[in-house]
Amino acid sequence: MIETAIFLLFALLAVASALVVVLHRNPVYSTLSLVVTLISLAVLFVLLGAPFIAALQILIYTGAIVVLFLFVVMLLNIGREEISQQRGLVQKALAGIGALIFLGIVASSLWGLYGTTQVGPLTEDFVSLQALATLLFGEYLLTFELVGLLLLVAVIAATVLAGRLSKASQVSVPEEGLPGPAGGPGPTYTEHPDQVTPPEGVR
Amino acid sequence: MAFDLIATSIKLALFLGIFLGAIAPIMVWTERRFAAYIQDRPGPNRLGPLGLFQPLADVVKFFFKEDVTPAAADKLLYLMAPVLAVLPALTTFVFIPFGPTVEVGDRLVPLVVSNASAGVLLFLALASLGVYSLVLAGYASNNKYSLMGGIRASAQLISYELAMTLAVVAVLLPVGAFRLTEVVAYQQGFLWNVVPQFLGFFVFFIAMFAETNRLPFDLPEAESELIAGFHTEYSAMRFAAFFMSEYIAMTTLSALCATLYFGGWDLFGFTEWAAAGMAGLFLPLWFWLGAFGMAVLITKTMFFMLVFVWVRWTFPRFRYDQLMALGWKVLLPLSLINVVFVAAMTLAGIY
Repeated sequence: MIETAIFLLFALLAVASALVVVLHRNPVYSTLSLVVTLISLAVLFVLLGAPFIAALQILIYTGAIVVLFLFVVMLLNIGREEISQQRGLVQKALAGIGALIFLGIVASSLWGLYGTTQVGPLTEDFVSLQALATLLFGEYLLTFELVGLLLLVAVIAATVLAGRLSKASQVSVPEEGLPGPAGGPGPTYTEHPDQVTPPEGVR
Repeated sequence: MAFDLIATSIKLALFLGIFLGAIAPIMVWTERRFAAYIQDRPGPNRLGPLGLFQPLADVVKFFFKEDVTPAAADKLLYLMAPVLAVLPALTTFVFIPFGPTVEVGDRLVPLVVSNASAGVLLFLALASLGVYSLVLAGYASNNKYSLMGGIRASAQLISYELAMTLAVVAVLLPVGAFRLTEVVAYQQGFLWNVVPQFLGFFVFFIAMFAETNRLPFDLPEAESELIAGFHTEYSAMRFAAFFMSEYIAMTTLSALCATLYFGGWDLFGFTEWAAAGMAGLFLPLWFWLGAFGMAVLITKTMFFMLVFVWVRWTFPRFRYDQLMALGWKVLLPLSLINVVFVAAMTLAGIY
Protein backbone atom coordinates (compact mmCIF):
# COMPACT_ATOMS: atom_id res chain seq x y z
CA MET A 1 0.00 0.00 0.00
CA ILE A 2 2.70 2.46 1.03
CA GLU A 3 4.92 1.18 -1.77
CA THR A 4 2.19 1.81 -4.35
CA ALA A 5 1.78 5.36 -3.06
CA ILE A 6 5.53 5.99 -3.21
CA PHE A 7 5.68 4.48 -6.69
CA LEU A 8 2.85 6.67 -7.96
CA LEU A 9 4.34 9.79 -6.39
CA PHE A 10 7.78 9.32 -7.89
CA ALA A 11 6.54 8.00 -11.23
CA LEU A 12 4.43 11.14 -11.64
CA LEU A 13 7.34 13.28 -10.46
CA ALA A 14 9.65 11.62 -12.99
CA VAL A 15 7.26 12.23 -15.88
CA ALA A 16 6.45 15.79 -14.82
CA SER A 17 10.08 16.80 -14.36
CA ALA A 18 11.03 15.13 -17.64
CA LEU A 19 8.44 17.32 -19.34
CA VAL A 20 9.92 20.39 -17.64
CA VAL A 21 13.37 19.39 -18.96
CA VAL A 22 12.05 19.59 -22.51
CA LEU A 23 9.65 22.51 -22.16
CA HIS A 24 11.34 25.01 -19.85
CA ARG A 25 13.00 27.96 -21.57
CA ASN A 26 15.80 28.49 -19.06
CA PRO A 27 18.50 25.84 -19.58
CA VAL A 28 19.52 25.94 -15.90
CA TYR A 29 16.00 25.00 -14.84
CA SER A 30 15.93 22.27 -17.49
CA THR A 31 19.14 20.80 -16.12
CA LEU A 32 17.78 20.92 -12.56
CA SER A 33 14.60 19.16 -13.64
CA LEU A 34 16.79 16.46 -15.13
CA VAL A 35 18.24 16.01 -11.63
CA VAL A 36 14.73 15.54 -10.24
CA THR A 37 13.95 13.01 -12.99
CA LEU A 38 17.08 11.00 -12.24
CA ILE A 39 16.48 10.98 -8.49
CA SER A 40 12.86 9.86 -9.00
CA LEU A 41 14.10 7.05 -11.24
CA ALA A 42 16.58 6.07 -8.52
CA VAL A 43 13.70 5.79 -6.04
CA LEU A 44 11.86 3.56 -8.52
CA PHE A 45 14.97 1.37 -8.76
CA VAL A 46 14.96 1.00 -4.98
CA LEU A 47 11.30 -0.02 -5.11
CA LEU A 48 12.23 -2.64 -7.71
CA GLY A 49 14.75 -4.15 -5.28
CA ALA A 50 17.88 -2.76 -6.90
CA PRO A 51 19.46 -0.38 -4.37
CA PHE A 52 22.85 -0.80 -6.03
CA ILE A 53 21.59 0.51 -9.36
CA ALA A 54 19.86 3.36 -7.54
CA ALA A 55 23.07 4.35 -5.75
CA LEU A 56 25.03 4.24 -9.00
CA GLN A 57 22.35 6.27 -10.74
CA ILE A 58 22.65 9.08 -8.20
CA LEU A 59 26.42 8.80 -7.80
CA ILE A 60 27.29 8.88 -11.49
CA TYR A 61 24.48 10.65 -13.30
CA THR A 62 23.13 13.06 -10.71
CA GLY A 63 26.39 13.61 -8.87
CA ALA A 64 28.77 13.96 -11.78
CA ILE A 65 27.36 14.05 -15.30
CA VAL A 66 24.51 16.48 -14.76
CA VAL A 67 26.86 18.68 -12.73
CA LEU A 68 29.02 18.85 -15.85
CA PHE A 69 25.93 19.82 -17.88
CA LEU A 70 25.26 22.59 -15.40
CA PHE A 71 28.91 23.61 -15.53
CA VAL A 72 28.78 23.97 -19.32
CA VAL A 73 25.43 25.78 -19.29
CA MET A 74 26.71 28.26 -16.75
CA LEU A 75 30.07 28.69 -18.48
CA LEU A 76 28.43 29.45 -21.83
CA ASN A 77 25.83 31.54 -20.04
CA ILE A 78 23.03 30.76 -22.49
CA GLY A 79 20.16 33.22 -22.23
CA ARG A 80 16.61 32.25 -21.51
CA GLU A 81 15.18 32.70 -25.00
CA GLU A 82 18.14 31.92 -27.21
CA ILE A 83 17.44 28.24 -27.54
CA SER A 84 13.71 28.34 -28.07
CA GLN A 85 13.96 30.84 -30.92
CA GLN A 86 16.27 28.60 -32.90
CA ARG A 87 13.77 25.78 -33.25
CA GLY A 88 12.40 25.64 -36.78
CA LEU A 89 9.49 23.68 -38.18
CA VAL A 90 11.77 21.03 -39.72
CA GLN A 91 13.47 20.48 -36.40
CA LYS A 92 10.14 20.05 -34.65
CA ALA A 93 8.97 17.57 -37.26
CA LEU A 94 12.18 15.56 -37.00
CA ALA A 95 11.95 15.55 -33.21
CA GLY A 96 8.37 14.32 -33.44
CA ILE A 97 9.34 11.48 -35.78
CA GLY A 98 12.24 10.53 -33.49
CA ALA A 99 9.94 10.44 -30.48
CA LEU A 100 7.43 8.27 -32.33
CA ILE A 101 10.14 5.79 -33.36
CA PHE A 102 11.40 5.61 -29.78
CA LEU A 103 7.88 5.05 -28.45
CA GLY A 104 7.39 2.35 -31.06
CA ILE A 105 10.54 0.53 -29.97
CA VAL A 106 9.53 0.68 -26.31
CA ALA A 107 5.98 -0.44 -27.06
CA SER A 108 7.08 -3.33 -29.25
CA SER A 109 9.60 -4.59 -26.71
CA LEU A 110 6.96 -4.35 -23.98
CA TRP A 111 4.53 -6.19 -26.24
CA GLY A 112 7.10 -8.92 -26.80
CA LEU A 113 7.59 -9.30 -23.07
CA TYR A 114 3.88 -9.32 -22.32
CA GLY A 115 2.77 -12.69 -20.96
CA THR A 116 6.22 -14.26 -21.20
CA THR A 117 7.91 -12.86 -18.08
CA GLN A 118 7.24 -14.40 -14.75
CA VAL A 119 5.44 -12.08 -12.43
CA GLY A 120 6.07 -12.59 -8.76
CA PRO A 121 6.89 -10.74 -5.56
CA LEU A 122 10.30 -9.13 -5.60
CA THR A 123 12.82 -10.24 -3.03
CA GLU A 124 14.71 -7.65 -1.04
CA ASP A 125 17.78 -7.77 -3.26
CA PHE A 126 16.20 -8.65 -6.58
CA VAL A 127 19.30 -7.56 -8.46
CA SER A 128 22.01 -8.81 -6.15
CA LEU A 129 25.44 -7.33 -6.51
CA GLN A 130 27.15 -10.71 -6.79
CA ALA A 131 24.86 -11.84 -9.61
CA LEU A 132 25.39 -8.57 -11.43
CA ALA A 133 29.17 -8.76 -11.06
CA THR A 134 29.27 -12.40 -12.19
CA LEU A 135 27.31 -11.49 -15.32
CA LEU A 136 29.37 -8.38 -16.08
CA PHE A 137 32.79 -9.95 -15.56
CA GLY A 138 31.88 -13.45 -16.71
CA GLU A 139 29.37 -13.86 -19.48
CA TYR A 140 29.49 -10.30 -20.79
CA LEU A 141 33.17 -9.60 -20.15
CA LEU A 142 33.97 -8.87 -23.80
CA THR A 143 31.03 -6.47 -24.20
CA PHE A 144 31.98 -4.77 -20.95
CA GLU A 145 35.58 -4.25 -22.02
CA LEU A 146 34.51 -3.04 -25.47
CA VAL A 147 32.21 -0.42 -23.94
CA GLY A 148 35.11 0.73 -21.77
CA LEU A 149 37.32 0.96 -24.86
CA LEU A 150 34.63 2.95 -26.65
CA LEU A 151 34.51 5.47 -23.81
CA LEU A 152 38.29 5.77 -23.85
CA VAL A 153 38.25 6.42 -27.60
CA ALA A 154 35.56 9.06 -27.12
CA VAL A 155 37.64 10.81 -24.45
CA ILE A 156 40.76 10.82 -26.61
CA ALA A 157 38.79 12.04 -29.62
CA ALA A 158 37.30 14.89 -27.60
CA THR A 159 40.74 15.88 -26.34
CA VAL A 160 42.22 15.87 -29.84
CA LEU A 161 39.32 17.84 -31.30
CA ALA A 162 39.40 20.41 -28.51
CA GLY A 163 43.14 20.83 -28.91
CA ARG A 164 42.88 21.27 -32.70
CA LEU A 165 40.00 23.74 -32.41
CA SER A 166 41.68 25.95 -29.87
CA LYS A 167 44.89 25.92 -31.93
CA ALA A 168 43.05 26.78 -35.14
CA SER A 169 41.00 29.71 -33.89
CA GLN A 170 43.49 30.97 -31.30
CA VAL A 171 40.59 31.68 -28.96
CA SER A 172 41.87 32.29 -25.47
CA VAL A 173 40.70 29.49 -23.22
CA PRO A 174 38.66 30.80 -20.27
CA GLU A 175 40.49 30.71 -16.98
CA GLU A 176 38.28 27.90 -15.73
CA GLY A 177 39.13 25.26 -18.32
CA LEU A 178 37.05 22.09 -18.29
CA PRO A 179 38.30 19.77 -15.57
CA GLY A 180 40.53 16.97 -16.51
CA PRO A 181 41.83 15.35 -19.63
CA ALA A 182 38.51 15.54 -21.51
CA GLY A 183 38.54 19.31 -21.38
CA GLY A 184 41.63 19.83 -23.47
CA PRO A 185 44.41 22.16 -22.45
CA GLY A 186 44.01 23.63 -19.01
CA PRO A 187 44.47 27.27 -18.18
CA THR A 188 47.74 28.74 -19.30
CA TYR A 189 49.55 31.05 -16.98
CA THR A 190 52.34 33.41 -17.85
CA GLU A 191 55.18 34.27 -15.54
CA HIS A 192 53.46 37.49 -14.54
CA PRO A 193 49.96 36.98 -13.18
CA ASP A 194 49.03 40.52 -14.30
CA GLN A 195 49.15 39.50 -17.94
CA VAL A 196 46.55 36.76 -17.66
CA THR A 197 43.58 37.63 -19.84
CA PRO A 198 40.38 38.07 -17.84
CA PRO A 199 37.90 35.20 -18.15
CA GLU A 200 35.18 35.67 -20.71
CA GLY A 201 31.55 34.64 -20.62
CA VAL A 202 31.16 35.61 -16.99
CA ARG A 203 28.70 38.29 -16.04
CA MET B 1 7.90 -3.80 12.05
CA ALA B 2 6.88 -1.46 14.86
CA PHE B 3 9.96 -2.46 16.85
CA ASP B 4 12.24 -1.69 13.92
CA LEU B 5 10.55 1.64 13.37
CA ILE B 6 10.99 2.64 17.01
CA ALA B 7 14.60 1.43 17.11
CA THR B 8 15.46 3.34 13.94
CA SER B 9 13.77 6.48 15.21
CA ILE B 10 15.71 6.32 18.48
CA LYS B 11 19.01 5.78 16.68
CA LEU B 12 18.23 8.63 14.29
CA ALA B 13 17.33 11.01 17.11
CA LEU B 14 20.45 9.99 19.02
CA PHE B 15 22.71 10.60 16.06
CA LEU B 16 21.04 13.89 15.13
CA GLY B 17 21.19 15.04 18.73
CA ILE B 18 24.69 14.01 19.71
CA PHE B 19 26.61 14.00 16.47
CA LEU B 20 25.12 16.96 14.68
CA GLY B 21 23.39 18.93 17.42
CA ALA B 22 26.39 18.95 19.74
CA ILE B 23 29.55 18.08 17.81
CA ALA B 24 29.09 20.56 14.98
CA PRO B 25 28.58 23.63 17.25
CA ILE B 26 31.44 22.51 19.49
CA MET B 27 33.50 22.26 16.33
CA VAL B 28 32.71 25.88 15.44
CA TRP B 29 33.92 26.86 18.88
CA THR B 30 37.01 24.64 18.60
CA GLU B 31 37.88 26.13 15.24
CA ARG B 32 37.85 29.65 16.64
CA ARG B 33 39.69 28.83 19.85
CA PHE B 34 42.28 26.63 18.16
CA ALA B 35 42.82 29.21 15.42
CA ALA B 36 43.32 31.81 18.12
CA TYR B 37 45.77 29.51 19.89
CA ILE B 38 47.78 29.05 16.69
CA GLN B 39 47.84 32.81 16.18
CA ASP B 40 48.73 33.46 19.84
CA ARG B 41 45.56 35.31 20.86
CA PRO B 42 42.77 34.32 23.29
CA GLY B 43 39.81 33.93 20.86
CA PRO B 44 36.16 34.02 22.01
CA ASN B 45 36.41 33.22 25.75
CA ARG B 46 33.70 35.41 27.34
CA LEU B 47 30.41 33.55 27.04
CA GLY B 48 30.10 30.56 29.39
CA PRO B 49 32.99 28.39 30.58
CA LEU B 50 35.93 28.78 28.15
CA GLY B 51 33.57 30.64 25.81
CA LEU B 52 31.69 27.41 25.07
CA PHE B 53 28.33 29.18 24.62
CA GLN B 54 29.68 31.34 21.80
CA PRO B 55 28.03 29.19 19.06
CA LEU B 56 24.64 29.74 20.73
CA ALA B 57 25.18 33.49 20.66
CA ASP B 58 26.23 33.24 17.02
CA VAL B 59 23.03 31.41 16.10
CA VAL B 60 20.92 34.03 17.88
CA LYS B 61 22.83 36.72 16.02
CA PHE B 62 22.17 35.02 12.69
CA PHE B 63 18.46 34.81 13.44
CA PHE B 64 18.15 38.53 14.08
CA LYS B 65 20.22 39.74 11.15
CA GLU B 66 18.53 41.23 8.11
CA ASP B 67 17.94 38.70 5.35
CA VAL B 68 18.79 40.34 2.04
CA THR B 69 17.86 38.98 -1.37
CA PRO B 70 19.55 40.76 -4.28
CA ALA B 71 17.07 42.41 -6.65
CA ALA B 72 18.57 40.75 -9.73
CA ALA B 73 18.78 37.29 -8.15
CA ASP B 74 16.94 34.27 -9.48
CA LYS B 75 14.54 34.16 -6.50
CA LEU B 76 13.51 30.50 -6.57
CA LEU B 77 17.01 29.09 -6.97
CA TYR B 78 18.40 31.65 -4.51
CA LEU B 79 16.03 30.35 -1.83
CA MET B 80 16.58 26.71 -2.77
CA ALA B 81 20.38 26.65 -2.61
CA PRO B 82 20.83 26.82 1.22
CA VAL B 83 18.19 24.12 1.68
CA LEU B 84 20.04 21.89 -0.78
CA ALA B 85 23.24 22.50 1.18
CA VAL B 86 21.75 21.22 4.43
CA LEU B 87 19.98 18.20 2.93
CA PRO B 88 22.95 15.96 2.02
CA ALA B 89 24.81 17.07 5.14
CA LEU B 90 21.95 15.88 7.34
CA THR B 91 21.34 12.56 5.56
CA THR B 92 24.77 11.04 4.93
CA PHE B 93 25.58 10.24 8.56
CA VAL B 94 22.88 7.54 8.75
CA PHE B 95 25.23 4.99 7.17
CA ILE B 96 27.97 5.29 9.82
CA PRO B 97 27.86 2.55 12.48
CA PHE B 98 28.46 3.50 16.12
CA GLY B 99 28.51 0.04 17.68
CA PRO B 100 28.27 -3.70 17.02
CA THR B 101 25.06 -5.59 16.38
CA VAL B 102 23.50 -5.90 19.84
CA GLU B 103 20.79 -8.04 21.38
CA VAL B 104 17.85 -6.09 22.75
CA GLY B 105 15.55 -8.59 24.39
CA ASP B 106 15.54 -11.38 21.82
CA ARG B 107 16.07 -9.20 18.77
CA LEU B 108 19.26 -8.29 16.95
CA VAL B 109 19.71 -4.57 16.40
CA PRO B 110 22.67 -3.26 14.38
CA LEU B 111 23.87 0.00 15.89
CA VAL B 112 23.66 1.95 12.66
CA VAL B 113 20.69 3.99 11.51
CA SER B 114 20.52 2.50 8.02
CA ASN B 115 22.18 -0.84 7.28
CA ALA B 116 21.26 -0.77 3.58
CA SER B 117 23.17 -3.23 1.44
CA ALA B 118 24.45 -0.43 -0.81
CA GLY B 119 25.80 1.28 2.35
CA VAL B 120 28.82 3.42 1.61
CA LEU B 121 27.76 3.85 -2.03
CA LEU B 122 24.61 5.59 -0.86
CA PHE B 123 26.77 7.74 1.42
CA LEU B 124 28.89 8.85 -1.53
CA ALA B 125 25.80 9.30 -3.72
CA LEU B 126 24.09 11.59 -1.21
CA ALA B 127 27.31 13.47 -0.51
CA SER B 128 27.78 14.09 -4.23
CA LEU B 129 24.48 16.00 -4.30
CA GLY B 130 26.04 18.71 -2.13
CA VAL B 131 27.70 20.31 -5.15
CA TYR B 132 24.34 21.54 -6.46
CA SER B 133 23.87 23.94 -3.57
CA LEU B 134 27.19 25.65 -4.30
CA VAL B 135 26.63 25.82 -8.05
CA LEU B 136 23.07 27.09 -7.70
CA ALA B 137 24.00 29.63 -5.04
CA GLY B 138 26.67 30.95 -7.38
CA TYR B 139 24.33 31.09 -10.36
CA ALA B 140 21.26 32.46 -8.60
CA SER B 141 23.08 35.31 -6.85
CA ASN B 142 23.65 36.98 -10.25
CA ASN B 143 27.05 38.22 -9.20
CA LYS B 144 30.25 37.52 -11.08
CA TYR B 145 32.19 36.54 -7.97
CA SER B 146 29.45 34.13 -6.92
CA LEU B 147 29.29 32.64 -10.40
CA MET B 148 33.04 32.11 -10.46
CA GLY B 149 32.80 30.40 -7.08
CA GLY B 150 29.98 28.16 -8.28
CA ILE B 151 31.82 27.15 -11.45
CA ARG B 152 34.98 26.44 -9.49
CA ALA B 153 33.01 24.37 -6.97
CA SER B 154 31.46 22.17 -9.67
CA ALA B 155 34.81 21.38 -11.30
CA GLN B 156 36.65 20.89 -8.02
CA LEU B 157 34.11 18.63 -6.33
CA ILE B 158 33.75 16.34 -9.36
CA SER B 159 37.51 16.02 -9.76
CA TYR B 160 38.19 15.05 -6.16
CA GLU B 161 35.11 12.85 -5.87
CA LEU B 162 36.70 10.47 -8.39
CA ALA B 163 39.89 10.00 -6.39
CA MET B 164 37.91 9.68 -3.16
CA THR B 165 35.51 7.08 -4.56
CA LEU B 166 38.40 5.00 -5.89
CA ALA B 167 40.08 5.11 -2.48
CA VAL B 168 36.83 3.85 -0.92
CA VAL B 169 36.59 1.09 -3.57
CA ALA B 170 40.00 -0.18 -2.47
CA VAL B 171 38.75 -0.39 1.13
CA LEU B 172 35.73 -2.40 0.02
CA LEU B 173 37.70 -4.90 -2.08
CA PRO B 174 38.98 -7.17 0.72
CA VAL B 175 35.76 -6.71 2.72
CA GLY B 176 33.53 -7.87 -0.13
CA ALA B 177 30.53 -5.79 0.96
CA PHE B 178 29.30 -2.21 0.88
CA ARG B 179 28.06 -2.11 4.46
CA LEU B 180 30.21 0.00 6.78
CA THR B 181 29.37 -2.38 9.63
CA GLU B 182 31.21 -5.11 7.72
CA VAL B 183 34.13 -2.77 7.02
CA VAL B 184 34.51 -2.31 10.78
CA ALA B 185 34.15 -6.05 11.39
CA TYR B 186 36.87 -6.71 8.80
CA GLN B 187 39.26 -4.33 10.53
CA GLN B 188 38.56 -5.99 13.89
CA GLY B 189 39.71 -9.29 12.42
CA PHE B 190 42.74 -7.90 10.61
CA LEU B 191 44.34 -4.50 11.03
CA TRP B 192 43.19 -0.92 10.88
CA ASN B 193 43.00 -0.17 7.18
CA VAL B 194 45.35 2.77 7.54
CA VAL B 195 48.28 0.34 7.80
CA PRO B 196 47.71 -1.95 4.79
CA GLN B 197 46.18 0.82 2.67
CA PHE B 198 48.17 3.87 3.60
CA LEU B 199 48.19 5.15 0.02
CA GLY B 200 44.40 4.98 -0.11
CA PHE B 201 44.13 6.80 3.20
CA PHE B 202 46.49 9.50 1.92
CA VAL B 203 44.31 10.09 -1.17
CA PHE B 204 41.09 9.98 0.85
CA PHE B 205 42.48 12.37 3.42
CA ILE B 206 43.43 14.99 0.84
CA ALA B 207 40.18 14.56 -1.10
CA MET B 208 38.32 15.09 2.19
CA PHE B 209 39.61 18.67 2.37
CA ALA B 210 38.67 19.36 -1.24
CA GLU B 211 35.18 17.89 -0.83
CA THR B 212 34.42 20.11 2.16
CA ASN B 213 35.91 23.24 0.56
CA ARG B 214 38.39 23.67 3.38
CA LEU B 215 41.76 25.31 3.09
CA PRO B 216 44.04 24.66 1.22
CA PHE B 217 41.24 23.84 -1.25
CA ASP B 218 38.71 26.57 -0.48
CA LEU B 219 38.83 27.90 -4.04
CA PRO B 220 35.02 28.29 -4.31
CA GLU B 221 35.12 30.82 -1.45
CA ALA B 222 38.67 32.22 -1.70
CA GLU B 223 38.02 35.45 0.17
CA SER B 224 41.10 37.21 -1.20
CA GLU B 225 40.06 36.77 -4.84
CA LEU B 226 36.29 36.14 -4.88
CA ILE B 227 35.14 38.04 -1.75
CA ALA B 228 33.28 35.00 -0.39
CA GLY B 229 32.66 33.09 -3.62
CA PHE B 230 29.34 31.33 -3.94
CA HIS B 231 27.86 32.74 -0.71
CA THR B 232 28.88 36.37 -1.22
CA GLU B 233 25.26 37.56 -1.43
CA TYR B 234 23.88 35.45 1.39
CA SER B 235 23.19 36.83 4.83
CA ALA B 236 21.50 35.88 8.11
CA MET B 237 20.19 32.30 8.42
CA ARG B 238 20.72 31.51 4.75
CA PHE B 239 24.42 32.12 5.20
CA ALA B 240 24.31 30.13 8.43
CA ALA B 241 22.82 27.21 6.48
CA PHE B 242 25.92 27.10 4.26
CA PHE B 243 28.18 27.57 7.26
CA MET B 244 26.57 24.81 9.32
CA SER B 245 26.35 22.38 6.43
CA GLU B 246 30.09 22.79 5.87
CA TYR B 247 30.75 21.87 9.51
CA ILE B 248 28.30 18.97 9.44
CA ALA B 249 29.90 17.70 6.22
CA MET B 250 33.28 17.90 7.97
CA THR B 251 31.88 15.92 10.88
CA THR B 252 30.38 13.15 8.75
CA LEU B 253 33.42 12.89 6.49
CA SER B 254 35.70 12.70 9.55
CA ALA B 255 33.49 9.95 10.94
CA LEU B 256 33.62 8.14 7.58
CA CYS B 257 37.41 8.44 7.53
CA ALA B 258 37.58 7.06 11.07
CA THR B 259 35.28 4.20 10.07
CA LEU B 260 37.04 3.31 6.84
CA TYR B 261 40.64 3.57 8.00
CA PHE B 262 40.75 3.72 11.80
CA GLY B 263 38.46 0.95 12.98
CA GLY B 264 35.29 3.01 13.46
CA TRP B 265 33.68 2.47 16.85
CA ASP B 266 36.23 -0.20 17.76
CA LEU B 267 39.42 0.54 19.70
CA PHE B 268 41.35 -2.74 19.85
CA GLY B 269 38.47 -4.36 21.73
CA PHE B 270 38.19 -1.52 24.27
CA THR B 271 34.53 -0.94 23.43
CA GLU B 272 33.47 -4.52 24.19
CA TRP B 273 35.74 -4.76 27.21
CA ALA B 274 34.46 -1.57 28.80
CA ALA B 275 30.85 -2.43 27.97
CA ALA B 276 31.23 -5.92 29.49
CA GLY B 277 32.64 -4.29 32.62
CA MET B 278 29.75 -1.89 32.92
CA ALA B 279 27.04 -4.39 31.89
CA GLY B 280 24.26 -4.72 34.42
CA LEU B 281 25.32 -1.50 36.08
CA PHE B 282 22.06 0.49 35.95
CA LEU B 283 21.58 -0.37 32.28
CA PRO B 284 21.86 -3.51 30.07
CA LEU B 285 24.83 -4.48 27.91
CA TRP B 286 23.44 -3.14 24.63
CA PHE B 287 23.23 0.34 26.06
CA TRP B 288 26.85 0.34 27.19
CA LEU B 289 28.04 -1.10 23.87
CA GLY B 290 26.30 1.76 22.09
CA ALA B 291 27.54 4.36 24.56
CA PHE B 292 31.19 3.30 24.45
CA GLY B 293 31.06 2.75 20.67
CA MET B 294 29.69 6.25 20.28
CA ALA B 295 32.33 7.68 22.60
CA VAL B 296 35.18 6.01 20.68
CA LEU B 297 33.76 7.12 17.33
CA ILE B 298 33.33 10.71 18.54
CA THR B 299 36.89 10.78 19.88
CA LYS B 300 38.27 9.68 16.52
CA THR B 301 36.00 12.10 14.67
CA MET B 302 37.09 14.99 16.87
CA PHE B 303 40.70 14.14 16.15
CA PHE B 304 40.17 14.53 12.41
CA MET B 305 38.24 17.74 12.95
CA LEU B 306 41.20 19.14 14.86
CA VAL B 307 43.42 18.17 11.93
CA PHE B 308 41.05 20.11 9.65
CA VAL B 309 41.60 23.26 11.72
CA TRP B 310 45.30 22.64 12.10
CA VAL B 311 45.76 22.30 8.32
CA ARG B 312 43.63 25.36 7.70
CA TRP B 313 45.95 27.61 9.67
CA THR B 314 49.12 25.96 8.34
CA PHE B 315 48.87 25.83 4.54
CA PRO B 316 48.21 28.60 2.01
CA ARG B 317 45.54 28.23 -0.67
CA PHE B 318 46.29 26.39 -3.92
CA ARG B 319 46.15 28.13 -7.26
CA TYR B 320 43.27 26.91 -9.40
CA ASP B 321 45.37 25.14 -12.05
CA GLN B 322 47.50 23.54 -9.32
CA LEU B 323 44.32 22.24 -7.71
CA MET B 324 43.18 20.62 -10.95
CA ALA B 325 46.64 19.21 -11.67
CA LEU B 326 46.86 17.71 -8.19
CA GLY B 327 43.43 16.11 -8.48
CA TRP B 328 43.82 14.61 -11.95
CA LYS B 329 47.53 14.02 -12.32
CA VAL B 330 48.55 13.00 -8.80
CA LEU B 331 45.63 11.79 -6.70
CA LEU B 332 43.75 9.89 -9.42
CA PRO B 333 46.78 7.82 -10.56
CA LEU B 334 47.74 7.21 -6.93
CA SER B 335 44.28 5.90 -6.09
CA LEU B 336 44.31 3.72 -9.22
CA ILE B 337 47.66 2.23 -8.17
CA ASN B 338 46.18 1.64 -4.74
CA VAL B 339 43.16 -0.17 -6.18
CA VAL B 340 45.36 -2.46 -8.29
CA PHE B 341 47.69 -3.13 -5.35
CA VAL B 342 44.87 -3.94 -2.93
CA ALA B 343 43.12 -6.08 -5.54
CA ALA B 344 46.31 -8.08 -6.08
CA MET B 345 46.84 -8.51 -2.34
CA THR B 346 43.22 -9.60 -1.91
CA LEU B 347 43.56 -12.15 -4.71
CA ALA B 348 46.75 -13.43 -3.13
CA GLY B 349 44.86 -13.87 0.11
CA ILE B 350 47.14 -11.59 2.12
CA TYR B 351 44.52 -8.91 2.90
